[in-house]
This record gives sequence, C-alpha cells and structure tokens, in this order.
Amino acid sequence: MKRMLSKLVRGVAVASMFSLLAGCNLVVIDPSGDIASQQSDLIIVSTILMLLIIVPVMALTVFFAWKYRQGNKDAEYDPEWHHSTKLEVVIWSAPLVIIIALGAITWVTTHTLDPYRPLDRIDAERPLAKDHEPMVIEVVSLDWKWLFLYPEQGIATVNELAAPIDTPIQFKITSSGIMNSFFIPALAGQIYSMAGMETKLHAVINEEGVYEGFSGNYSGEGFSHMRFKFHGLSEEGFDKWVADVKSDENFLGRSQYLELEKPSVAEPVHYYSAVDPELYTAILNMCVDQSKMCMNEMMAIDAKGGGGLAGIYNVMSLTYDVPHMRGSQPLPESKSYVASLCTTPESGFSGELANLPLFDNGQSARAMSIAPAGVSTGF
Amino acid sequence: MTMANNTASQTETPVFYLKEEHHPETGTMLGFWIYLMSDCLIFAILFATHGVLGRNYAAGPSPADLFDLELVAINTSMLLFSSITYGFAMLQMEKGKIAGTQLWLAITGLFGIAFVGLELYEFHHLWSIGATPMRSGFLSAFYTLVATHGLHVTFGIIWLVTLMVQVSQRGLIPENKRRLMCLSMFWHFLDVVWIGVFSVVYLLGVLG
Amino acid sequence: MFSNPDLLHFIFGRLSIDSIPMFHEPIVAVTFAAVVLGGLVVVGALTYFRLWGYLWNEWITSIDHKKIGIMYIILAIVMLLRGFADALMMRAQQAIAFGDVAGYLPPDHYDQIFTAHGVIMIFFVAMPLVTGLMNFVVPLQIGARDVAFPFLNNFSFWMTTCGAVLIMASLFVGEFAKTGWLAYPPLSDIVYSPGVGVDYYIWALQIAGVGTLLSGVNLIVTIVKMRAPGMSMMKMPVFTWTSLCTNILIVAAFPVLTAVLVLLGLDRYADTNFFTNDLGGNAMMYINLIWIWGHPEVYILILPAFGVFSEVVSTFCRKRLFGYSSMVYATVVITILSYIVWLHHFFTMGSGASVNAFFGITTMIISIPTGAKVFNWLFTMYKGRISFDVPMLWTIGFMLTFVIGGMTGVMLAVPPADFVLHNSLFLIAHFHNVIIGGVVFGMFAGIVYWFPKAFGFKLDEFWGKMSFWLWTIGFYFAFMPLYVLGLMGVTRRMSHFDDPSLQIWFVIAAFGAVLIAGGIGSFLMSIVVAVINREKLRDETGDPWGGRTLEWSTSSPPPAYNFAFTPVVHELDAWADMKKRGFVRPTSGFIDIHMPKNTGAGFILAAISLVLGFALVWHIWWLAAVSFIVLVVGAIAHTFNYDRDYHIPADEVVKTEDERTALLAKQQA
Repeated sequence: MKRMLSKLVRGVAVASMFSLLAGCNLVVIDPSGDIASQQSDLIIVSTILMLLIIVPVMALTVFFAWKYRQGNKDAEYDPEWHHSTKLEVVIWSAPLVIIIALGAITWVTTHTLDPYRPLDRIDAERPLAKDHEPMVIEVVSLDWKWLFLYPEQGIATVNELAAPIDTPIQFKITSSGIMNSFFIPALAGQIYSMAGMETKLHAVINEEGVYEGFSGNYSGEGFSHMRFKFHGLSEEGFDKWVADVKSDENFLGRSQYLELEKPSVAEPVHYYSAVDPELYTAILNMCVDQSKMCMNEMMAIDAKGGGGLAGIYNVMSLTYDVPHMRGSQPLPESKSYVASLCTTPESGFSGELANLPLFDNGQSARAMSIAPAGVSTGF
Repeated sequence: MTMANNTASQTETPVFYLKEEHHPETGTMLGFWIYLMSDCLIFAILFATHGVLGRNYAAGPSPADLFDLELVAINTSMLLFSSITYGFAMLQMEKGKIAGTQLWLAITGLFGIAFVGLELYEFHHLWSIGATPMRSGFLSAFYTLVATHGLHVTFGIIWLVTLMVQVSQRGLIPENKRRLMCLSMFWHFLDVVWIGVFSVVYLLGVLG
Repeated sequence: MFSNPDLLHFIFGRLSIDSIPMFHEPIVAVTFAAVVLGGLVVVGALTYFRLWGYLWNEWITSIDHKKIGIMYIILAIVMLLRGFADALMMRAQQAIAFGDVAGYLPPDHYDQIFTAHGVIMIFFVAMPLVTGLMNFVVPLQIGARDVAFPFLNNFSFWMTTCGAVLIMASLFVGEFAKTGWLAYPPLSDIVYSPGVGVDYYIWALQIAGVGTLLSGVNLIVTIVKMRAPGMSMMKMPVFTWTSLCTNILIVAAFPVLTAVLVLLGLDRYADTNFFTNDLGGNAMMYINLIWIWGHPEVYILILPAFGVFSEVVSTFCRKRLFGYSSMVYATVVITILSYIVWLHHFFTMGSGASVNAFFGITTMIISIPTGAKVFNWLFTMYKGRISFDVPMLWTIGFMLTFVIGGMTGVMLAVPPADFVLHNSLFLIAHFHNVIIGGVVFGMFAGIVYWFPKAFGFKLDEFWGKMSFWLWTIGFYFAFMPLYVLGLMGVTRRMSHFDDPSLQIWFVIAAFGAVLIAGGIGSFLMSIVVAVINREKLRDETGDPWGGRTLEWSTSSPPPAYNFAFTPVVHELDAWADMKKRGFVRPTSGFIDIHMPKNTGAGFILAAISLVLGFALVWHIWWLAAVSFIVLVVGAIAHTFNYDRDYHIPADEVVKTEDERTALLAKQQA
C-alpha cells in the first residue's frame, strides 16, 4: 500500500517534471537502483511537505502586494496593527508541524538508508535474508581515475564498473591521496573516498543498463574526466564480462599499482585479469610501496603508546604523500631533511629497537640506518 | 498612576533630546573582553586539535617519552607568580603609586621572561633529540598549542614594557590605567589558558 | 651579480619573471592592460583635479563611520565586478565545453576561476556589503555619534581592503588557489598544491579576517554601550538587532577560521601534520573546523539582510513591523542554532546515521524561525499602504525567491536526499538561491534605501527598477537550469562535459548570467544617472521615505557629528514616535561636540600587513621579517599618540544646523 502510494506520487511528480522538461533524463528522480529510488521518494515527499507552506506564502505575498498597494484606497489601512497572538501562534506552529513530520521521516530514513547498513531488500517486493552475503567491490579513487577490485572474481578494472542486477553489493571505498566522492546517481547516493580510511556503501541495481559514474567531489586538474560507466548486467552478462576481463592476461600487483597511481587524465578503460589479493589492504593502509609502514601497523604502535624516542627518525617509512609520487616534481627543500639523515649509520639503539613491534618486519635495517649519531635520550 | 502618566504624555511633548553632552560609558573593557573571548576560541580550536591528534604519535614518541613534568611545574609556577605580582602592580596603581606599580610590573615581566625562556629551553631540547613538530600529528598539535600560548606571553611582555614606558612618561593618567587594566585581563587570561595546557597537554599526556 | 641564483632567491624568494602569467596567458594580459589603463586614468584624474589631499584627509584617514561604511560598499562593488567576471567566464566555459570541444579555459585556469569566484563573492563582496551597511546605519539608528572604537574601524576597513588587494595581486603575479573556495586538504596541502595559490588564499583571508573580527568587536560594543538614552534592547530597530547578532556570530566564528588557516599554513610552511595523510594528520578535522566557521558565516551574511527587509517592509507599507518581538526572538534563535548544524555540509563523509540525522534535524529546525520571519514580513504588508519603490521591489522579490531556496535547503538537510544532491549543481543552485535571493537582494534594498541618507539624493528610479527586474529574471534563468541539471546528476566544478544533451541547460544559464550582468550595469547606471540628476533627486528633509527609525531624524547626508543633540528614545520606531508626538527640531542651545580625530595609522599598518602577506606568499623571508618588525613597532608607536580627539566648536555646529533650519523652512514654505 505504502509502496503503491509512493509509486503513484512519484509517477505524478515524474510526469509533471517530464512535461516541463520535455523528456530530459532526471536520473536522480528516476533512478534504477532500489536505494536511489528510496532517496528519490524522499526528495519528492519532502518537496511536497514543504510546498504545503511555500505555496500559500508565495500566493499571499503576491495577493497582499496587490491588494494593499498604495493606489487601492478601498483596502483597509491600519498602521497600528502589529500584533496578534493567535496569528503568531500559527506562524510559529505551522512550520513547526511540517518540520516535526519531516524530522521524523529524516530520523527513520537516515537510519534505513545509512550507506553502512547492509541491505534488507532487493526492492520493495523482495526482502533479503539477514545473513545474506553481498558481493564485495573495492573502490579506489586515484588521480584522476577509478580502480575497481573484485576480490571474489580476482579481477580489477580501471574506469569501468560492472555488477549483476538484483544482487546486493557492498562497496569498500578508499583513496590514494586526494578526497573524492564515489557516485553513481542511478544506483545510490555518494560517499567520500579518503586516503588511509575506508567508507562503505551498500546498494543494488535493479535494471540492466549502462549508467554514469563519477567523482562527486572536486579533486584537482583531471577531475572533470574522472568518470566511468557502470554496467548493470544480467547474471550471464556479468559472467561473460568477467570472462572478458580475465582474457586480457594482465596482472595488477604492487609495482603495477604504483605505476597506475601516478596522476593521469582521462585514463582509458583497462582490465586486470589477476590481482594481488593483498593489494587492497595495502592501498587502504598506504603501504603498497613495501618500504612504507602500514597505517594499521602504525596505529597499533600508537595505541600501545607510540614508538618511543627510538621511533623519532623512522620518518621515511611513514611518509607516503611525496611529490615525486605525483609525476616528476622534485622534492621541495623542506622535505629533504629526511633524505639527508640517511647518511649516518647508528648502532647504539639496537637493544631498544628490537623490543618494538615496529621493527618486527623487514624495515628495521632501514629504520636504523636513518637515525643520526649522538642523539640524546631522556630529558 | 499609569493612567496619569499616559494622559500626561499625550498632552505635553516629552523630552526627545538631551540638551547637555551625552557621555556613553566607555566600552574599552567590554571590547577587550570580547576580543579575549575570541582569542579564547582560537585556543579552544587548538585544544580540540590536540584532542583529536593528541594520540597520533605516528610510531614516534609519546608525551611520556618527552615531557619533564618537573620542568613544566617550575614553568607553571613562574606564570602563576607573575599573575600574583601583576595583581600587586594593580593594587599599587589603585593607590596611585607610580614607583610601586612600575616595580611590580618589572617583576611580572621578569617572571614572564623566565617562563618564555624555560619554554624555549624545552623546545630546544625536544628539537635537538629530533622530536620536531614535523614528526607527528601529536607533536604538531603540541608545539602549536604551546607556542601559540608562548607567543601570547611574549607579546604580553612587549606590551608590558611599552606600558611601563608610557607610565613613566605620563604617569597614571586614566588612559594608562585603562591600558593596565586591559593588560591585566590579558595576563590573567593567559594564566588560565596555561592551566588548561598544563593539565591537558602535560599532565594528561604523561599520566593519562 | 644578478645571475647568482642564491642571491636572487634570497631577494625574491619564489618570485621570478615566470611567475607573472600575463606573459603567457592572453586573458590575463588583456585584463592587466585594462586594469593598468584604468588605474592610470584614475591616478591621472586625481592628480589633475588635485584630489590626492582630499582623498587622504577626508576618506583614507577618516574615522567617520559613515565614510568607512561607504568605502566598504565601494570596495564590495569593485570586487563584485571581479567576482562576476569570473562567473561569466565559468558560465561561458560550461556553455561550450562539450564532447570534443575543450572550451577556452584549460582546467588549470578554470579551477582558479571558480575558487576565486567563491572566495571573492563571500569574503570581499558579501562581507564588505554587510559590514559597510552596518557601519553606516547602526550608529545612526541608535543615536550615536560614531562607533565605540573609531580608529579600529578605519584599521578594520583597510585590513579588509588589503586582503582584497592581495587576492587581486594573485591574478597578475603568480596564480590563485585551485582547490575550491574552502581549500580542503589534502588537495590544499603542499604536496598536492605546491604553487603559491593556496598561500595567497591563506594570507588574503587572514589579513581580511583580522579586519572582520575587529569590526565585529567594535560593533558589538557600539550597540551594547552607545545606544541613545531610553533605547532599551527591545526598543532597538530590527536592523540593529540583526547587526548585533551578526557581530556576535562574527566574533564567535572568525577565530575558528583564523585558527584553521593557521594550521593549514603550518602544514604548508612548516611541514607539520595537522591535515596530511601521513604521520598522524587528519584531513577530516579541517573539514569539520572550517564548517564550524562556515555555517555561521552564511548567517552572518543573511541576518543583516533580514534586518534590511524588516526596515524596508515597515517603511514602505507605512505600518509598524508585525510581530517585532517574535522577529527578535527568531533572530536570536537562528544565531544560536547556526552553531549546531555544520555537519550537514558533509553528510557523505560517512558519519553514523544518528549523527547525520541529528545534524539534519537541527538544520531543519532553523527553518522554523526563518519561516516565522517570512510570515512577519507578510503580515506587515497586510492592511498596509504599500508603495513599490525600488527597495520594496527588492523585498518582494526576496520573499518570493528566498522561500524556494529555503525549500531546497531543507531538502538538502535530509541526509539520504543529500547523498544524491550533495556537490551537485542542485546544491549550487540552492546556495545561490539563498545568497542572491537573500543577501544580494537585501543589500541592494539596503543600498537604495539608505543611499539618500548617505549622499543627500535618491538613486535613479528607472535604472533601479531595471536593475531589479534584470537581476530577478536573470537569477531565474541562471539558476533554475542548475536545479534541473542537479537532478540529472551533474556535479559541480566541472570544466568539461561528455553528454551533449546537457548543453541547452548551460546555455540558458549563461543567458541568465548575461541578464544579471545587465542588472549590475543598470545598478551602476542608477548611480551615474542619479549623480547627474542629483539636484532633481535631492532630499532636503532628511526623511525621503517617511522612515521610522532615528537615522531619518537627521539631515541627509548627516553632519560629521550625526546628531547635534543626542536623541532620547521612548518607543520602538523612535522617529515615527517623534513625528507622531510633535517633535520640534531644536534650533538653538548648541554646544561643543567631542569627536575622534582622523588618523593615517590604520591605513599604514594595513599596508604593511599587505607587504608582509605578499612576502610570505612568495617566501621572501627578509621582507617578511622586516615588515613584521615594522608592523609591531608601528603598532606600538601608534599607542604613544594620546592626542586622539578634538571638539567641533559650537559655532560650527550652529552654522551647520542653521543651514538645515533654513533649508527645512524653505521646504515648508
């Protein structure tokens, strides 16, 4: 019943919009994914709720302006009329009522349409079991292109995304550096991608088709071309697409990723038939370059109280955002202190260092080599 | 009574202007207070920043590795004493005693210099062992908060010297008294902020 | 010697001949030539007419709040032309750059333009308009002779201007930020934006920010301490109320901007790690902090506009404002609520559902007092006698336009709806809807309304109406297509589009922008024509509109001392009350009037700050050090000047007031 009502309302709204806009593609109002449809319903419902108050206000403004114009001597003129408790109650409570209604809707829908919340339905008619396993797609925004990793299929694509219809998808989203926003209007609302962090989006596409996807958050020079096509495919179509990707014989490992990560504009679509299974975790933790310490490792050390004085000079392995990663820029002078410290070997620390989890991996030699001689400890 | 008033105001024209010169209250103290509150907000942001980044050591040193609470306690007492001596200076000012005011102001200034000196010593030491603001989010937040306070104290000292010169030139005229009052608020304000720094950054950092 | 790179680097920092884009950017070269030519003409004219002394003595060093207010508005109008030129260039680019056509602006240039457009329109157009209007009107409305700290007022103005000059300098020397108007890191960090653009941004805003903050302190104290006797808080004119709330917001919000820009600056200059991806930085903190300033900022802009509409609507409906106290409470509620809504600017960051819902609902709650205000204006019109002078047209245009912006704003406040509308052209349409429909219309209403008070003659009505209609129609043409495009899933800050079916909408929007250009031109014409016809348009009464508040009780333009005698207030709408109860203007008994003296210190200190800012942008460390020391020493030296006021002798007051008496008598006859 509710669904029918909302369908009806949407039908009317879309129809009136369409008659106004002569058939242009209002994808936000008429999307193809269940989440985006619910979001569109919300836009329409809140518009209607607010029109309840906006339309009378606009009509009254025009009417009063006309009726009480200076030339109209018949209209009543009362220069001292400036207060009416009844009216004041109305003008405060009318918006209040609307906002209470809208606030309630907001509270409920913000929770049901929370991008982090696993789906509970494929569409209004088809509920999902609580313990269903969504298909996982890992999304990385790079300068200025999109990398999609399919852990279940073991493949990856650049600037092209595909998924079977009516299948719940969980997107895990991160960034290589600059903040972007992962957005396919036909599928669901957007969410930011941020380096060293993972955001999530749950969605489902209900109709086959090719949809636009792009970054919704400005990220610099190549931003305008940071677009991709999202293919909503049938089950067979998707399998065929995966087979297509796999036929390309192209491996995405750490070194290939580091090459891909360099800034480029309007990168053509390309496929990787196989992917290093640890790659996404490494990207997320900003340690694809194995000389870098992973974020999760660093945070674990911090949670235990930091790396102590010994950790002071272990900077190189922590510095991820460096200009030469972004092409051929030389290091700015201010950054060069890290490099210059690399010259003095130091051995006095080894006793303390060995106790730190930080040096459990292969980085210890490097870390020690960049600590200068003669640093005093303690205060 | 009300009736009488009403009829009176209807029959005779009320006073619509002041014939003598109007002296609105001076707003300097209020204005300076509002400025201090805005400054307080800057410190609030720096405290909040420290709250967010305070545990981001980036696998580097933590407060327990770096801070010497004894030194900071001595430093704190310098600033607290300077507040007391500033209070004495204001008492002398109220009595109209120029020499006494100047003496206590000078002592306040010396305490202030001692505070800034100790802070610079601490920074120098931390810097020399490599714990620079560039090393981690925690150290960035620490240096910025403490140094912003230190800069305020430094400007307070410059201001104090300026006022001492002005008092010696013109005596305790109302303008100078007002300025001394403003600096007094500023100085005590910095004291309060420092208590926050001492408790949140140092004590909670090392012991918390 | 000059080939020594180290020495050159020491002297000029990062600055080199290559930093000057006019040698390789034809658009910039032409602009530069035009600016130089225009500048030469102005300088030549000033010299020819021997106006330098007048300019220095009467304006630049003036501490008269009226002149400072006027200078703020001139600054705003000049910067409006720059900001609007940016808008036209963006609209032109977006109207042509489809498919294979790249358009005439490469992304590198386009990105600077939209950043500059946002920064200039908010900080150097809207803010000076608001501050200028408050400066001019508030002391007059509360029956004061000047603001509480007249010297600070002059200094504030020049700091704002120097911020604007620094931004303008970025057009010709170096580049501006390519980060969007809020310069989110990590994009604005040194690694991703190594040029000088973000540094220009930081220092221009810091310099102007000092001015804004001090002017906020100044006006709060003015309103709290300097009201005429009898004017209790609940008898203050609504514009003064909204000004008070705006300045409270300024003082409580701008320090946040200062602090956050200091931190961003430290990240860029000192390699700290506040907002970096590395070493424990947190870029999300920047976004939170900047919006803790940014959201109150939009209320800083809109509240004075609400104040203007309140004054205008009651004046032109010849009626007391409906629901004065609910208007005041609504203003105060908005002021407080504006601090707990900032997160609605980034629902898409992935905060929990409850956090998002909380901020969504607080945002909606703001629309309740705002709605109440609209109803109050509406019922002021009820049983009124409305004359449709230009300020009233702007007000009605506002009421019809602003409610649409309010509606779309509430839609954006619903988090799941925001997920699809965020950062889209729908959002762009929304905030231009409220800023143009609210702030700009309000400021135009205010300028037309108070212009005769400032200059003694009204603005030209024909061109004023032209300006209103072109702006209004132009606004709908320019921004309704953006609402549609937003619903088509088109995002903001794009310099190129793939889908040619979108083009028609951008062409319509560009047409709208051209209409708005006509609106701006008509507004300027209304000033030019009014200056030519000033004798015909002269206001000799001091009260050309039948005003209700104290500023209309003195002459137009008011004398330096505003009021020969300090007014005593009995009722709300003090001047209406005085007129009703037979106030007779005093013509004798004048006494000496105590006034503050002009000083050049504010201008000089601000100019040194400008040099300091420029030196910091270009890493010219010696110059930065020198100018910083000079700045501190100069500020201290200024405090040694105790001779800051003088008396206007009673004779002079008598002369001024007698002239007015004669003028008024001539009118009566």
